[in-house]
Amino acid sequence: MPDTAWTPDQPIVSLKDVHKSFGELEVLRGVSIDVMKGEVICIIGPSGSGKSTLIRCINGLNDIQSGSITVEGLEVHDPKLDKLALRRKVGMVFQQYNLFPHKTALENIMMAPLKVLKEPKEEVAARARRLLAKVRLDGKEDSYPGELSGGQQQRVAIARSLAMNPDVMLFDEVTAALDPETVKEVLVTIKELAGDGMTCILVTHEMGFAREIADHIYFTDRGVIVEHGPPATFFKEAKDPRTKEFLSQIL
Amino acid sequence: MIELIQEFFRQLAADYPRWNFIFFYEERQFDKVAEGLWVTVQLSVFCIFFSVLVGVVGAWMQGSPSRLLRMIVQGYIQFFRNTPPLVQLLFFYFALGQFTPTHSPDGWLEVPIISNVGWAVISLSLFAGAFNVEIFRAGIEAVPESTREASDSLGFTRLQTYGYIVLPLALRICLPSLNNNLVNLVKTTTQAFAIAVPEMLYQSVTIWNDYPSAQNPMMLVLFVVYILLVGVVVMSMNRWERAMKIPGYGT
Amino acid sequence: MSARRPIPGLGAAPSTDLPVLLPFDRGKGRTPDIYLATRWLASLPPWTPLLILAVMLAWPLVAHAQGRYAYSDAFDALFRWMPFLVFEGFFFNILISFLAMAIGTVAGAALGLAQISLNPMLRRAAWFITQLFRNSPWLVLLFIVLLAFPFEIVIGGVIIPIPDWMKAVFGLSLPIMANISEVVRGAVQSVPTAQWEASESLAFTRRQTMWQIILPQCFKRMIPPWMNWYAILTMATPLCSLLGVEELITLSRQAMEGEDNHPELLVPFFGFALVIFFMYCYPIARATIWLERKYSVKL
Repeated sequence: MPDTAWTPDQPIVSLKDVHKSFGELEVLRGVSIDVMKGEVICIIGPSGSGKSTLIRCINGLNDIQSGSITVEGLEVHDPKLDKLALRRKVGMVFQQYNLFPHKTALENIMMAPLKVLKEPKEEVAARARRLLAKVRLDGKEDSYPGELSGGQQQRVAIARSLAMNPDVMLFDEVTAALDPETVKEVLVTIKELAGDGMTCILVTHEMGFAREIADHIYFTDRGVIVEHGPPATFFKEAKDPRTKEFLSQIL
Repeated sequence: MIELIQEFFRQLAADYPRWNFIFFYEERQFDKVAEGLWVTVQLSVFCIFFSVLVGVVGAWMQGSPSRLLRMIVQGYIQFFRNTPPLVQLLFFYFALGQFTPTHSPDGWLEVPIISNVGWAVISLSLFAGAFNVEIFRAGIEAVPESTREASDSLGFTRLQTYGYIVLPLALRICLPSLNNNLVNLVKTTTQAFAIAVPEMLYQSVTIWNDYPSAQNPMMLVLFVVYILLVGVVVMSMNRWERAMKIPGYGT
Repeated sequence: MSARRPIPGLGAAPSTDLPVLLPFDRGKGRTPDIYLATRWLASLPPWTPLLILAVMLAWPLVAHAQGRYAYSDAFDALFRWMPFLVFEGFFFNILISFLAMAIGTVAGAALGLAQISLNPMLRRAAWFITQLFRNSPWLVLLFIVLLAFPFEIVIGGVIIPIPDWMKAVFGLSLPIMANISEVVRGAVQSVPTAQWEASESLAFTRRQTMWQIILPQCFKRMIPPWMNWYAILTMATPLCSLLGVEELITLSRQAMEGEDNHPELLVPFFGFALVIFFMYCYPIARATIWLERKYSVKL
């Protein structure tokens, strides 16, 4: 069984020939990616190239037509999969933050550990406060999402995901909806997280940021991975004309 | 003091025969009014509780993937919304009431296990519940899909997502329409008169049938009682709405 | 009865050698499955409770089918009475609803305009009347009108009797009046103030602005709620039976008496009343929703 077979020297997240379509529209046409523990992966590409779909498939928000996705040996699209086990391993942060507007920042962070993992309240509260401090939001415990700026909300969302002690974090264009001046505070938080050794998979438009923190960059276009490599070589020696065109527009 | 009031109204009835406030000086009539008021309050409270319950469960079933279930709920809503509540009451009490098993608490009389009050609660709750389903569904649809996805990816089950996230938010959105419907429900409890439930209107009618001189005062009392009851519902709903207001959310 | 009976799948880790009850293995280090009962419930098809309900409702029909007076006899009786019930009964309900709606609309429009009048006294009085009749139960209003109104009036020496059903019409038109008043007020206030300012700057008087600019705009918007109130009014007409007016429900009861009050008659006769009201009100409800959508798009 793959479940027990996983060891840290194997890829923590592994996609093999993943196909996904919405009705007639084929969004992913055979994507394979391996991510090792502690790696930071950035997925870039033009909009509509299937980046977000790809990342959403990894924690099972979207299902796939064929191929396989495993997280620590768990087959994500196995119908018998215990979703809770997967969701404990994979945290996700969204473009629109998606905080629960009727709960304070602290409650947002505490909710899932309390209700889903059924952990004792004191422990969770202490952890939530540590996490808020970690994303530099101490003092905002009792603020409601509506009272926080976009960047602050996004950092609460990151802390909320971290509260589940995930092994992998997924970031889906987390800075796309933010004001330019608040983008940086979120990026700093992610960078610190990567520095702590968290496995991160990011979909992003921030090329400078990707270049700085990524161990490996994947470029997707029209549902396939066109080119990939470590940032040092990827940005300088792109071979495929599509990659070159995209990079020339962005940089 | 009490005797003074009694004397005053006794004198009033003697001087103005059309204004015989008999319940103020005759204990039996006072008890009738008090009992009627108490039954009306109980009827309102129980019907409000069960109709809200029907609304919550019905709205949840309307979000179910089963087409058949959704159709059944839709049929229920349309039927109860488009038929007179009075005929519903008569149908439940007389037509369905004859099939309910009986029991004999004193060993002499056979009493149906569902009394006329029981049928009034069932019938009125289903009537108001049909409206509540629609109201809650509209509220649930107003909760963004992405918020639901966020709680999904934190490992909440469908039921947990509904209970902790969707419902609390939907409730805030639909409170104004719920307020309207509950006021309507309180007013509709008078129709339980038709199946001899001893509520306020029923007691008033028995009093003015016995003492025609008490007609005007009883009408006055009816007006005052229902305006007050509606006022209590509206005020507590408004207070609830204010208490549930989330800082920085909406408006 | 032993106080603690072990419930399979609930409480502590179940210890059984029945393979079907072994906890579902969810990987290493997982807690035992304490949700077995919930899972079983969740695995049932969602229409199960409705099936149970349907069986419960249908059961008496089956159980009583053995009796002397069968359900087929009851339905035969219903078919015999049907023309009478529809033409004498239900049509009378419709007549009552038409008349009450007509009175209520005219009075309600006047009251609604009074609610937005410039005269503060008139405005406050109109508001009070609206709230009073809007928040009182319909049945209470019906009783009050029935008792408070004379059974005949004398105009210039001519005695005009007022039958009970006419009082019922008047009683039903009161809450309609109050609610139409709110509809009119809401519709007029929903017209942007810029319209008022524009017409004022064109030297229209207030009266001209109201009748030639504002009201024509919100007329369309008032139709869906007006229809909605008509449907509600129609569904309130059976209340008149409690006052002895000979409409559908009163006649249904008389018909059942004519058929010796067999209890088997109750389901078909009251069921028929439900169905006929549904058939009349459902299309109105659909049309209301349709019109609401149609008019709201253009806003």
